Amino acid sequence: MADEAVGSVASTKALGEQRDVEAWRAAAAGEPPVHAVPKQGGGILMESLKDAALVALITTALGFFFLGLRTELGVGALEMTARWRFLIIAVAIVFAGRLLLNLLIFRSPHPISLGIGRLAPSIQTLDTLGRIAGPVLLLFALALPFLVLEFTPARGRQFIDLAILILTYIMLGWGLNIVVGLAGLLDLGYVAFYAVGAYSFALLAQYTGFGFWVCLPLAGMLAAFWGIILGFPVLRLRGDYLAIVTLAFGEMVRIILINWQEFTGGPNGISGIPKPSLFGLEFTRDEGGVAAFFGLEYASVHRFIWLYYIILALALLTNFVTHRLRRLPIGRAWEALREDEIACRSLGINTRNTKLTAFAIGAMFGGFAGSFFATRQGFISPESFTFIESAIILAIVVLGGLGSQIGVVCAAIVMIGGIEVLRNLDFLKDIFGPTFEPTHYRMLIFGLAMVVIMVWKPRGLISSRVPSIALREKKRIGADLVAQGEGR
Amino acid sequence: MAAGSPSPPRWESSPILKVEHLTMRFGGLVAVGDLSFSAGRGDITALIGPNGAGKTTVFNCVTGFYKPTEGRIIMLHGSGLGPDAVRKLTGSGHHWTAEGADAVFLLERMPDHEIAWRAKIARTFQNIRLFGGMTVLENLLVAQHNELMIASSYTVGGILMLPSYHRARDAAVERAVYWLERIDLADRADDPAADLPYGAQRRLEITRAMCTNPQLLCLDEPAAGLNARESAELNELLRFIRDEHGVSVLLIEHDMGVVMEISDHIVVLDYGVKISDGAAAHVRNDPKVIAAYLGVEDEEVGEVEKRLETLEGAE
Repeated sequence: MADEAVGSVASTKALGEQRDVEAWRAAAAGEPPVHAVPKQGGGILMESLKDAALVALITTALGFFFLGLRTELGVGALEMTARWRFLIIAVAIVFAGRLLLNLLIFRSPHPISLGIGRLAPSIQTLDTLGRIAGPVLLLFALALPFLVLEFTPARGRQFIDLAILILTYIMLGWGLNIVVGLAGLLDLGYVAFYAVGAYSFALLAQYTGFGFWVCLPLAGMLAAFWGIILGFPVLRLRGDYLAIVTLAFGEMVRIILINWQEFTGGPNGISGIPKPSLFGLEFTRDEGGVAAFFGLEYASVHRFIWLYYIILALALLTNFVTHRLRRLPIGRAWEALREDEIACRSLGINTRNTKLTAFAIGAMFGGFAGSFFATRQGFISPESFTFIESAIILAIVVLGGLGSQIGVVCAAIVMIGGIEVLRNLDFLKDIFGPTFEPTHYRMLIFGLAMVVIMVWKPRGLISSRVPSIALREKKRIGADLVAQGEGR
Repeated sequence: MAAGSPSPPRWESSPILKVEHLTMRFGGLVAVGDLSFSAGRGDITALIGPNGAGKTTVFNCVTGFYKPTEGRIIMLHGSGLGPDAVRKLTGSGHHWTAEGADAVFLLERMPDHEIAWRAKIARTFQNIRLFGGMTVLENLLVAQHNELMIASSYTVGGILMLPSYHRARDAAVERAVYWLERIDLADRADDPAADLPYGAQRRLEITRAMCTNPQLLCLDEPAAGLNARESAELNELLRFIRDEHGVSVLLIEHDMGVVMEISDHIVVLDYGVKISDGAAAHVRNDPKVIAAYLGVEDEEVGEVEKRLETLEGAE
């Protein structure tokens, strides 16, 4: 948050703005900037219709077996049923969609997609917006539990729980941002460190009886240790290869957790993980509990509020450390590494150690988040650490804008909050019938959002970079100038 | 070569870099074959030759980006420690040895980042490798990474905001500003490096290398793509680096105007083999160099070869 908030003087010059540069490059590419002569309206309509009809035909051919015919196990044999209505609806949707796309974008002399591109706010507006948004969001986050209890006491617990979930993902996003956004190392197995943190805490609590506050730093250290263990062999790999190996590492951790039944409990997981205490006070109904100590009436929501503030503090710690590290030589070396590894080596930077620190620090925050996850749930199993978690965290970082702290916040709220909103869209059941379950379309919407963002802002919501140091004034650097790492 | 002159040339009496029997093979291709030369302390030494002669390969071997197949590359700090120390070091398994300010480094044994940091050899690249998305000032601070890491007690002191780190950082910024003023980029310190014009990017890359505080600066075609005025500015900058900072320069260059004007010593390569070595005047009139650069007509080949043989016999 503070990343965008702490800037010096506002930029008077918007540097390296993507659109201007792209227009300039297109002009310099050798093709004369010919404006296509707009065809007559009838011609466009006819062509669009023809094209849409062709696409509809292809859909019919493809869908004939996949959509039109369905086999079911009947009595003694397979029964084939025809679903022509279904097929016709699908073809009609494709026809209409293609026609609209043709008329509005592909063949239109004034494609509306250009207008959408212009909607992207300029670097300057983002700059001021970011500086205001940071403190406002922070104040909002601090006051949230009380606001929620004040305005919706009935569903207060649910909302605070959702806020905790979102903050967990924000923290994970910020942790992964160190590795992917700053150091430019594509890590598809971040969930492994999340799992290491969660299991470290759960197992330490189970075998030694330590509480949350003792285990939290230990879990972070263990995760960092595993980050280094993983880092040593794989950091000589680049780009796609690194991504594949980290993906495999994430799966390995999960599979070991499933199969090492005697130690980890295997697929049954670990239950009865202790809850965090407030300076030794437990959130219980009896006399030694927090409620009794403060003379409050016992309410289960107290514990949720406490959890909320723990994860808020952990997330802010992640942000603070990242923010501080960016201004130190190590952070600058991470970014330089993302820009050009060979140049780094020619300047005497030990690239292996630099990458390892990024991996270890990112992993450490993943471990913190994991141990918080364990204490919040009270129960963990390998089910919680599948690849899709890594994908969601990475999606949050990429959608938010690589390296941008506030972008990660926005993306996490939209993605995690959005899924939750889907659960509560009861009015959709009135439209589509009682069997309609909006959450089933979660992944579809997820994918659509991804495509829209990638078309609209290919470098993520907030993609410009703030320099780590300035002589006179900090000017944001347009995303088109900033490398995304790994030899591209 | 310099027979008859009263004192031996500087690259023999006081070398900073000695390349001995360097051979680099890529599969069956011998890119550099048994190359030996020295670069003098405080000299601007040029490495020239037609395209594909192996110049950049030599550079990559010297700066540790390639591990040579055979040969020894010695970097000498101060007065060096004498041939005995080099022999002893070679026999031992160590990378380098130092006594006070004098030190000997065996570059073929050292990884690239250690060559830059310990042996104090900085380099630039043929295709400019700046950190484009970082500002000009940030580029120059990244170059001072190792010193700043030590000053920030490997990040711990930096996180705690110790005053010693702040002093070191201010000194680093000061050094960066000094160099930016030298190359007329002080007013663009906060702009992204990729936004600079080409000539300025070349100059910035050289000063970024200078910010690592090197003793030997290796430049791979620093004048490529520069116009006449920019080339002249480059010459001036290189002379300034040599005269004011006492940094020796080793450069690869195709622009003969630059080479002949500023070089104290020229080494000519062709097909990975040294064909000439000496001061500018000597190299310019060497028939082998002329033949390598301009080529000879088919019917003249025999004649030229005969002339070369007689020349070699006379030497």
